[in-house]
Amino acid sequence: MASDTQTRPTSTDVGTRRSLDLQRTLDAKIPAGPLQDKWDTHRFKMKLVNPANKRKYTVLVVGSGLGGAAAAATMAELGYRVKCFCYQDSPRRAHSIAAQGGINAAKNYRNDGDSIFRLFYDTVKGGDFRAREANVYRLAQVSVNIIDQCVAQGVPFAREYGGLLDNRSFGGAQVSRTFYARGQTGQQLLLGAYQALQRQIGLGNVEMDTRTEMLDLVLVDGKAKGIITRDMVTGKIEAHAGDAVVLATGGYGNVFYLSTNAKGSNTTAIWRAHRKGAFFGNPCYTQIHPTCIPVSGEHQSKLTLMSESLRNDGRVWVPKRQGDTRPPHEIPESERDYYLERKYPSFGNLAPRDISSRSAKEVCDAGRGVGPGGLGVYLDFADAIKRLGVEKIRERYGNLFDMYQRITAENPYEVPMRIYPAVHYTMGGLWVDYNLMSTIPGLFVIGEANFSDHGANRLGASALMQGLADGYFILPLTIGDYLAQVKAGDFNLEGGEFRQTQAEVNQRTERLLGIKGKRSVDSFHRELGRVMWDECGMARNDQGLRRALARIPELRAEFWENVRVTGESNNINGELEKAGRVADFLELGELMCLDALHRVESCGGHFREESQTEEGEALRDDDRFAYVAAWEFKGLGEKPVLHREPLSFENVQLAQRSYK
Amino acid sequence: MNVTLHVWRQKNATSPGKMVKYEAKNISPDTSFLEMLDSVNQELIARDEDPIAFDHDCREGICGTCSLMINGLAHGPERATTTCQLHMRSFKDGDTIYIEPWRASAFPVLKDLVVDRGAFDRIIASGGYISVSTGSAPEANSVPVPKDASDLAMDAAACIACGACVAACPNASAMLFTAAKVSQLALLPQGQPERQRRVLDMVRQMDSEGFGHCTNIGECSTACPKEISMDFIAMLNREHLKATLSKK
Repeated sequence: MASDTQTRPTSTDVGTRRSLDLQRTLDAKIPAGPLQDKWDTHRFKMKLVNPANKRKYTVLVVGSGLGGAAAAATMAELGYRVKCFCYQDSPRRAHSIAAQGGINAAKNYRNDGDSIFRLFYDTVKGGDFRAREANVYRLAQVSVNIIDQCVAQGVPFAREYGGLLDNRSFGGAQVSRTFYARGQTGQQLLLGAYQALQRQIGLGNVEMDTRTEMLDLVLVDGKAKGIITRDMVTGKIEAHAGDAVVLATGGYGNVFYLSTNAKGSNTTAIWRAHRKGAFFGNPCYTQIHPTCIPVSGEHQSKLTLMSESLRNDGRVWVPKRQGDTRPPHEIPESERDYYLERKYPSFGNLAPRDISSRSAKEVCDAGRGVGPGGLGVYLDFADAIKRLGVEKIRERYGNLFDMYQRITAENPYEVPMRIYPAVHYTMGGLWVDYNLMSTIPGLFVIGEANFSDHGANRLGASALMQGLADGYFILPLTIGDYLAQVKAGDFNLEGGEFRQTQAEVNQRTERLLGIKGKRSVDSFHRELGRVMWDECGMARNDQGLRRALARIPELRAEFWENVRVTGESNNINGELEKAGRVADFLELGELMCLDALHRVESCGGHFREESQTEEGEALRDDDRFAYVAAWEFKGLGEKPVLHREPLSFENVQLAQRSYK
Repeated sequence: MNVTLHVWRQKNATSPGKMVKYEAKNISPDTSFLEMLDSVNQELIARDEDPIAFDHDCREGICGTCSLMINGLAHGPERATTTCQLHMRSFKDGDTIYIEPWRASAFPVLKDLVVDRGAFDRIIASGGYISVSTGSAPEANSVPVPKDASDLAMDAAACIACGACVAACPNASAMLFTAAKVSQLALLPQGQPERQRRVLDMVRQMDSEGFGHCTNIGECSTACPKEISMDFIAMLNREHLKATLSKK
């Protein structure tokens, strides 16, 4: 790979082309000074937009989840004119709503030794030392403000009898810093942000377009100045202009077809921006969550996550003997392998997500999996029920047990649950600097859609924290620094760039409808998902990744010749929507495999079979790979160019993670 | 298993619609209801016909996007279950299933089984929030909230705004939806300053959207996949009366 990598783009042209390229170098813009003071110093140094001038600036926000809704509402409160877009029929339905477990904050309400520095340290370590220190520290700093904000909005967090906020320990953390609202924390936090957004809509400060999907980004003189959308009811392709664009469009786990993401979650917004010049950071970093309900058959359309909190009391096991098909209660204790407790005696069933997932794959690959197809492991509550009683278990996990029973028709109070890992979150995303701005000036990316903060593995209860930190407290300030340096309203909807991009989107839509091939969109998506899961899933190796890199372009070519998209462009057309998204997944999948192939080390969720310890644990290679891989698009079929942002660790000691 | 479907097909908001019959064949009982519709759609695509449009997204019962009147019941026959969590094992081989969109004039049909629930967003925008701009919040533990009040507020806040309450109500009333948000915020100390204004504004907006009046029938709560209690409607009525009487 060395021959096609470089640290900064070269330019053969002079003039505008050259100045554009210079802006695309990887300057993370991390403020100087001690870690603790960076954000403070930066806030002072950033330029401000005069309050009276803010209303002259228009910001386009794409996506209305935790990041998008919080950012849109907050920027409107500050006085900017905001236009917000979501593909759902209401901003309240963004997939942030499905997060169950909780949100971390360094409040130290439990007096158990938590601090901003500890949350920072845990997040950097949990991310397997592949995140940017300055960003993570800032995240830990603002985490405390998030809880204040949400409580004031009326988010009904769990409380103790004294009326103060309750906390729990989550995802193997050794302090209790997770705030929660039953098993619906994401829902309640999103509704808080949604209500703040609806307030601004009611006041006329935000224009909200629902059932509207962004299909491309418009650049004028190299700056992000607008987007092209499709009205998913009338089919109208429209251009929208603004002084800056914020992408808050979530993760791309649906590239695997089966994931815990919502069916509509997609990569189109960030992928289109990537094609326009935004570098893609660490695309191969995927989180595969260990506690999901296993696939039950070919009809399966999505996977359902069971909260990780179940591992606090459930014990994970499989039969010791290969191909043991006896029902669980007939397998005696001596013939069960509680493999997490055996391999990781100090963390046991609470081992981090990546490690638990990989261990489940190992035992299933060895033919010891349970349930239909042998792709499952038991999560057994029998001991916990014996120890605590059914009532206590019902109180703790009742809603989860009900959900499990609704889906599987099995009663987990009586028979052990069956679980299997599933794609859940993507740590990768568009590369952003400390200001959350991508390599395209004026294009900001927040929440799961960007690559920052979680390194190669995200800790439980940290996604909600990051989405809201970006949306409420970081982006609304950093975007001001950019806007203060551009002239307000410096765009022209009738200009050539808008017209041309709009025409391209129209052509693409017509082309998809015009292929009239034999295979459905879903059949392509399923096949891509299978390739990605097999070759770029929980374990990756050179050979498999090369196989995927050969297969994906073939599949993509077949898609553009043989896909069948029924219906019309001027009506609600789910097939057309899916086709556009799958077309982009077919390009993204290739980049993910390429990134996974080049990173010949194991870190966090990225496990390269060639790089493991004698005990089979992930082995990092800090000398060669302690950097962010940021890929530059060079045209379809062309090799993307790799740019490296070196990661330096000045405040934490790099160490091999150990949970033994 | 095999089932016969009668599905409401309607090209767009302005065209008339009708029930159309389809056969769903070789369906596994472990298939979800929406996956059964997926497979019918795959067959329609294979025949080059327009697939059935229906709303769905998270498919895990929390986003509130999915809907459907199934044999006249909002979200189908299982209690406390959204359509996306309903499985075919709740039906028998050979069953005939009627599938219609939510029926309420405040939720106009956009296509087939897809309706416009924008009225709910407008009700929230009229007052279903606490006015607290980012950054102005006090320390989270500076205001204790009794656990009972917080738990009850959470019961109300569990609403997913799917619209089943409206669809199930013979009057197409949106009282349960509105009551859930009014109650949640009225129960919390943070919601007190805007308490009276909120209930008056939200009820006014609800009425202007064309929802029917509440006559305490209770179908809403029975159909609610999150089992939001009718008690909140009583709370809304009390809140509204108090606000009306004390308003100068």
